[in-house]
Amino acid sequence: MAIEYLGLSEINGPLVVLEGVKNASYEEMVEFTIDGHEKKLGRIVAVYEDKAVIQVFEGTDNMSLQNTHTRLTGHPMEIGLSPEILGRTFDGIGNPIDGLGPVNAEKRLNVNGLPLNPVTRKYPRNYIHTGISAIDGLTTLIRGQKLPIFSGNGLPHDQLAAQIVQQASLGSGSDEKFAIVFAAMGVKYDVAEFFRRTFEESGVSDHVVMFLNLANDPVVERLITPKVALTAAEYLAFEQGMHILVILTDITSFCEAMREVSSSRGEIPSRKGYPGYLYSELATLYERAGIVHDASGSVTQIPILTMPNDDITHPIPDLTGYITEGQIVLDRQLHGQSVYPPISVLPSLSRLMKDGIGEGYTRGDHQDVANQLFSCYAKVGDARSLASVIGEDELSPIDKKYLIFGNAFEKEFIGQGMDENRSMEDTLNKAWELLGLLPREELDRVDTKVLDKYYHPTEIDLAAQAKAEADAMN
Amino acid sequence: MSKTGIIYGINGPVVSLKGNTGFKMSEMVYVGEERLVGEVIGLTKDATTIQVFEETTGLKPGAVVEASGDALSVILGPGILNNIFDGIERPLSEIARQSGDYISRGVSVDSLDTEKKWTVHVTVKPGDVLEGGAIISETQETRSIVHKSMVPPNIRGTVTWTAPDGDYTILEPIVRLQSEDGAEHTLTLCQKWPIRVPRPTLKRYPASEPLVTGQRILDTMFPIAKGGTAAVPGGFGTGKTMTQHQIAKWSNADIIIYIGCGERGNEMTQVLEEFQELVDPKSGNPLMDRTALIANTSNMPVAAREASIYTGLTLAEYYRDMGYDVAIMADSTSRWAEALRELSGRLEEMPAEEGFPAYLASRLSAFYERAGMMQTLNGLEGSVSIIGAVSPQGGDFSEPVTMNTKRFVRCFWGLDKSLAYARHFPAIHWLTSYSEYLNDLAPWYKDHVNKNFISMRNQLMALLNQESSLMEIVKLIGSDVLPDDQKLVLEIARVIRLGFLQQNAFHKDDTCVPLSKQYQMMEIILYLYRKSRALVTMGMPMSVLKEDKIFDRVISIKYDIPNDKPEMFDEYKKDIDRFYDNVLERNG
Repeated sequence: MAIEYLGLSEINGPLVVLEGVKNASYEEMVEFTIDGHEKKLGRIVAVYEDKAVIQVFEGTDNMSLQNTHTRLTGHPMEIGLSPEILGRTFDGIGNPIDGLGPVNAEKRLNVNGLPLNPVTRKYPRNYIHTGISAIDGLTTLIRGQKLPIFSGNGLPHDQLAAQIVQQASLGSGSDEKFAIVFAAMGVKYDVAEFFRRTFEESGVSDHVVMFLNLANDPVVERLITPKVALTAAEYLAFEQGMHILVILTDITSFCEAMREVSSSRGEIPSRKGYPGYLYSELATLYERAGIVHDASGSVTQIPILTMPNDDITHPIPDLTGYITEGQIVLDRQLHGQSVYPPISVLPSLSRLMKDGIGEGYTRGDHQDVANQLFSCYAKVGDARSLASVIGEDELSPIDKKYLIFGNAFEKEFIGQGMDENRSMEDTLNKAWELLGLLPREELDRVDTKVLDKYYHPTEIDLAAQAKAEADAMN
Repeated sequence: MSKTGIIYGINGPVVSLKGNTGFKMSEMVYVGEERLVGEVIGLTKDATTIQVFEETTGLKPGAVVEASGDALSVILGPGILNNIFDGIERPLSEIARQSGDYISRGVSVDSLDTEKKWTVHVTVKPGDVLEGGAIISETQETRSIVHKSMVPPNIRGTVTWTAPDGDYTILEPIVRLQSEDGAEHTLTLCQKWPIRVPRPTLKRYPASEPLVTGQRILDTMFPIAKGGTAAVPGGFGTGKTMTQHQIAKWSNADIIIYIGCGERGNEMTQVLEEFQELVDPKSGNPLMDRTALIANTSNMPVAAREASIYTGLTLAEYYRDMGYDVAIMADSTSRWAEALRELSGRLEEMPAEEGFPAYLASRLSAFYERAGMMQTLNGLEGSVSIIGAVSPQGGDFSEPVTMNTKRFVRCFWGLDKSLAYARHFPAIHWLTSYSEYLNDLAPWYKDHVNKNFISMRNQLMALLNQESSLMEIVKLIGSDVLPDDQKLVLEIARVIRLGFLQQNAFHKDDTCVPLSKQYQMMEIILYLYRKSRALVTMGMPMSVLKEDKIFDRVISIKYDIPNDKPEMFDEYKKDIDRFYDNVLERNG
């Protein structure tokens, strides 16, 4: 029988200090019993000889220096896993909350995980078809990639993530085993409910594992939620051979929680009060995506983070961008113009795209087209800022063409319906149709042979267009 | 019996021991039952502080820490090339064999294969008097590289015995030496060296020869010398890693040490897979045969990330001592600086700017000063060039790591977000970048490429600078109102940007371009400029000049003229003459 310690010597926010402990180890889990009935879990975050600093997951409410019994469990945080977890819902630290009773664990795994050895990794090359032109065409998602959505409050990142899940999972001819691990950290009840409903409506809910830490759940729990979820994902991917799509939302809440705990531990802050180990902590989450040589499954991550004040240079999106393999950036201005999905294509990027597209994967002209669209759309920005100074009428004919191209690109290529599932062929053809609005000599990123094959100029009738716009206004 | 201490406190990767343990500063230690590798980083009368290179989960106060007696060192010998190590020189493939897909803790593996027999040719004979650094034997380490084993720098003496030529492991004796004081030393194919101490050399040469990379913006515009230092700063997605990959693939260094410091696991896997397949243009062998990788990805322990930079440097210096030109790619030095910050925070040191420790600048300067073109102890010439990526927070170059790095490097290749957004690659901005080596290297370019090389390069730069000031006006009033000679500058600058500076890493010819072709491209662009300017001076409007497709034809020279067909440039010259005549004829 393990020793129980009576009482605590200090309580400070989510942290408690226990003195006189023997044999406590770093990162070990402890169980608290408060007033003889209420149970809580905690984790040792620092030990000094016989003193242990413990983080309490469920918050320190009701705890006093006298009424608490503490028991060391002798092992780090673990979670019991079996294929049964599919279709189940858990709280932020892995306790079932769907009323279906405990999981029959086939295996218990340490949630902290271990770094994947780069030697055993396999370089990801298979693209995931999402049916969204801006993603498939310009920032292709690759199996085993970590591709976050950088968003802002009030932007439709949840809808976009849900659409990716729906259309990617129901891709044509997918006979491979597919599942979704969904981890919510400090999100609103409505958001969690939105995802649950979407999974149900699209008929995938028996392939979904949900870990929910809602906005009113204890803050410290949030620190462990993504780790629990990723442990489940790794188990399903590498031991059960499934292709797992992990959605982590919202990374910002996770980082805020880290800052809160760090400051109550009295640590020296670095940027904007976040602890110095923010980068390392984020990396241990994101780097858990990937494919390994001797397993058939994969872990693909789509973390969602809301940029505080839409600032992409804020430490959270900044550090994330340095770890993840690209990013999908949402833009408030496009959203204001009712373009859905409001993906700002210029800062968006998929680093793994170049090896997963082209001949044999998508189509031979894919890379050229993508480069050309990026380059032309960058020029649209220049033309627009010029137009705002000297007026649209004064623009040179070529700049006018860029304006037309830009508007059409935003409306027809980026913009699409919430349940519209475009094939890769459609996406690329659409791109050529739009590039046809520009004269051929402007297309300097495309090989001459490719141009000969795909380029067809589209005549622009300015007068007709003006009339159509006027009609639309009436 | 080695010294031991007892753990008192654990805080992340930092472990403290109580009392005066008698450990030495920077000594390597083994922590706990699992014998995790650590290093002493602080000593006081009543406490010893240790950073642990592995996860400390599960460590307990009271566990024993044992001193190894040596400073944190690496083993240097054949088997380093075509291999991938973690931050403290443990081979990752060996770790995978022992612990599977994940890197678990306390894995004890040899840095180099101790079983493998190498075919050795001994180059000394009994009676020879050898100084430290002298070469004792040669081994074909990979298809491309001959490994020269050396006397450790701190030993000298007379050869008393040599092994016959044959097959030996790295631990078998090759040569015995007797030093002046009578002590006998047995030398093997390998030696040990502490990572934080630079390997000694005789003297340092000034920069005189460029490290040719095949990248136009680097070789022509902002060249780096062999033994030079360069920083590649850029926000995420601007192509730091891509630039480093390109240099690692195509530069004319003999050996590449690629340090993945706190970067992505998939990227290291990519290098590993790609470099096995790609062929070194110089030797015709796989690129991995001249490459060693140090992979300490972002999720691997932070203390090992700090050490990985020094491990890589030491390996590089070792090959330099054999007389090779070595280039180090450090991707990224910001992660290393952040590791310093993280550890400094754990030690509760007083932070300086942005939370970085005050010794950031001195550590950075010590790192970059280990580069150089040197005369080695054995009289050979070898160099270590350092190309360090910097990941400034928010892409802002005024943050501490970029600012301090700028003070210690002589080449600055600033990556630009707006160029990357427009997919102009390499996104190295010609206005923010500089190279202090340009004057040092001018004589080399004059002798080896063309006497006009540097002056043409300067003309291109001048045109680009003119373009940038003209663009200020264009942004306000549009380009239509400019006089024709200025329109021509804009047009030629476009040709330079698209046709010369932009380079396609995925195109078989364009990915690496020889200096002679770079020169010819410059020449043809400037020839076009001269001819068009003559027309404009005669009063021909730009709109007439642009009717001809010649500008776009010159832009696509990079694709249309293969690297091995320099004679095709003459046709383009004739085309330009024809264009000149035509315009005159039609409008004259």
